Amino acid sequence: MTTIAQETAPLTRRKRRWEGLPYWLILPTVVYLGLFFVWPMIQGFGLALRDESGHWTTSAFQTMVDDAAFGDAMSFTFLLILVIVPIQFVLALGMALLLNAKLRGAGIFLYIFLLPLAISDLAAGIAWSAIFTERGYLNTVLEGVGVLEQPFIFLDPTSKTQLVMVVAAAEIWRSTTFMMVILFAGLQGIPRDYVEAAEVFGAGFFQRVRHVIFPMLKPSIQVALLLRLIFAFEVFAVVIALTGSGATVLAAEAYKWQATNENEHVAAAYSMVILGLSLAAAAVVLVVLRTPRERRLR
Amino acid sequence: MSTVNDDNLSPWDESFDRRSALVKAGGVGAVLALGGLAGASRATAGSSQNAGKVTAFFGQFGGIAEQEGIRKYVLKGFKGDVDPVFAPISNPTLFVDRVRAEAKAGKGNIDLLIGLHGDFVTFQNEGLIRGVDDVAKQIKTLPPPLVKIGKLGTKTQFYVPHSQATYVMVANKDVLKYMPKGANIDALTYGQVFAWAKAIRKGTGQNRFGLPASDTGLLHRFLQGFLIPSFTGGFVTGFRSKEAVQAWDYMRQLWQYTHPQSLTYAFMQDPLLSEEVLLAWDHVARLKTALDQRPDDLVAFPVPKGPKARSYMPVIVGLAIPKNAPNPAGGKALIRHLTTIGAQAQILSLTGFFPAVRGQLSKRISPGLLAEAAAVRKQQKAPDAVQALLPIGIGAEGGNFSKIYRDTFTRIVRNNENIQTVLKEQGDLLQAIFDKTGAPCWAPDPPSGKAPCRVK
Repeated sequence: MTTIAQETAPLTRRKRRWEGLPYWLILPTVVYLGLFFVWPMIQGFGLALRDESGHWTTSAFQTMVDDAAFGDAMSFTFLLILVIVPIQFVLALGMALLLNAKLRGAGIFLYIFLLPLAISDLAAGIAWSAIFTERGYLNTVLEGVGVLEQPFIFLDPTSKTQLVMVVAAAEIWRSTTFMMVILFAGLQGIPRDYVEAAEVFGAGFFQRVRHVIFPMLKPSIQVALLLRLIFAFEVFAVVIALTGSGATVLAAEAYKWQATNENEHVAAAYSMVILGLSLAAAAVVLVVLRTPRERRLR
Repeated sequence: MSTVNDDNLSPWDESFDRRSALVKAGGVGAVLALGGLAGASRATAGSSQNAGKVTAFFGQFGGIAEQEGIRKYVLKGFKGDVDPVFAPISNPTLFVDRVRAEAKAGKGNIDLLIGLHGDFVTFQNEGLIRGVDDVAKQIKTLPPPLVKIGKLGTKTQFYVPHSQATYVMVANKDVLKYMPKGANIDALTYGQVFAWAKAIRKGTGQNRFGLPASDTGLLHRFLQGFLIPSFTGGFVTGFRSKEAVQAWDYMRQLWQYTHPQSLTYAFMQDPLLSEEVLLAWDHVARLKTALDQRPDDLVAFPVPKGPKARSYMPVIVGLAIPKNAPNPAGGKALIRHLTTIGAQAQILSLTGFFPAVRGQLSKRISPGLLAEAAAVRKQQKAPDAVQALLPIGIGAEGGNFSKIYRDTFTRIVRNNENIQTVLKEQGDLLQAIFDKTGAPCWAPDPPSGKAPCRVK
């Protein structure tokens, strides 16, 4: 007995030392997040909920809700998400499947798909506004081929539908690849055996996607939707560049209250609303697309 | 402070300004070359003694091309070692903040301040600047009315006027034929502008009158300094008056003939160049590129007149010396240099801000700028012209002040709400600003003495 005890003692000690290591390894990240995310967030709460003299108040939130632009910003932000995210998801999945099919020239597709990711959102917004403006590229082409006789005003702020379509076009172009990259990585993680097995049993393409690929891709879909929704609440530059003051979103209002109206309290209140909505959206995605532990790969 | 500073170009505005980036890339070189030409022979006046090290703090002209031009051409030829510091346009309050901070710290580094009239009102209130009577007297080319404004209502000269800007109208020559019969382009009325915009729509099939109504455009200045005072005779007191209701009703009708993309325009020079807009109003610095590039196709002319006046908003840039300047003599020498016609011509080429001093501008200044200068001069000299100065004395509420006008616009013109109701509610918000800051009325509102300005 004693000999066994003598032999195992140093082993457990060594084991214990290794168990603590991961925590030491994530410490820098925790410090970084604490310093640059958690602390500013707490300060943001402080700004939103206190006045100049430091008293606790909800007056910033009151001003925000009473402002005529609040409702517009809220509805336009949600409208954009409802239009953009589903279309983007379908497109991204299609693009990822196309790449994963390993057709000849798939590498070129990947490069083409990746191009918009390399462009800043503001630059994308400006480029699209040069396309959609009355004397822009789109009207010139449409008039050139005889589809239109007079230029059509795409950026017409009296039509909310048009504004949503225009912003959606630019956003879909700009950020679909972002979702695609995540889905593509997920697809590559699915062992070919499963797909081949399904094929052997006579499953067609759509059946394979529906019953094999889709369930196994769920964790990637979760991540892609999670990040996309969070970014969607922050959409800003594209909307500003394309619609001017014709439409507004939450992040644009936050900026305006800080920069133009010089009221940091209301700006912080807007930031808190964006934070709250992002958290809520993230929670919904996490719950709805939950993959039980026993069904996960590996 | 931002209330006044947003009249200048800012990188933020520029970045949203889709075509100007391209246009400027081509245009800057030409403009700089012009400045260089005009200045090479002339910007050498001033003291023959070396002024030593002079730190100049610019609250204006902070755009990258402007900074470069000022370093390369405007300050060249000055006998002394100038260290130009530019307040970032993205953070205009920094100009005032830094001067205050230096005063508090008890150690000054700045010898010369280049700022707006409103900035100097703040500085003088807080006792941060010294008198510059001696330099002002030496410069004989300054027009006395401008010099008087630099006294800020006191007997001491607190700043030397340096350059000025304002807002004018520009039309494409193609639409001159739609101008109402008998109208004189240099003395239009608001009614005639409306008839003109309507006729353009009829003639071209599209709304071609444009206003810079995007968030970064200066629509609020049009409302504050032009439309409303022209109808009511003031900024604040007549905010809810019968005349104000008329003015807003006018605006609502004019909007029917205004290009719908106006809500996306920040600088009217772009839609004027692309011909989306054929008749427009904007700040001269935001029309400059269009007039520079197509001087033969565009014409600049004074703003219209309303029932009460032909109200326009001047923007005055001045030069002042902080109380704790380490080298005030050097600062004064630089004032003399910056008020030579050569240096002023370069500022005009670079920024579109017009010389404060009298003198013959070089023929090498672009024809577009000369046309703009002519329109500004006509506007100033019009017998019915009234100056509506930028709001002063409301400090950090400046942003809110402009927001009230823009919100009123959104509610009345875009959302078609009842004019009286909106003016009542927004008038209360306006009154709150004056109750909070205690700021008295300013021109063209009738003076309220020391009491806060009141919305009637």
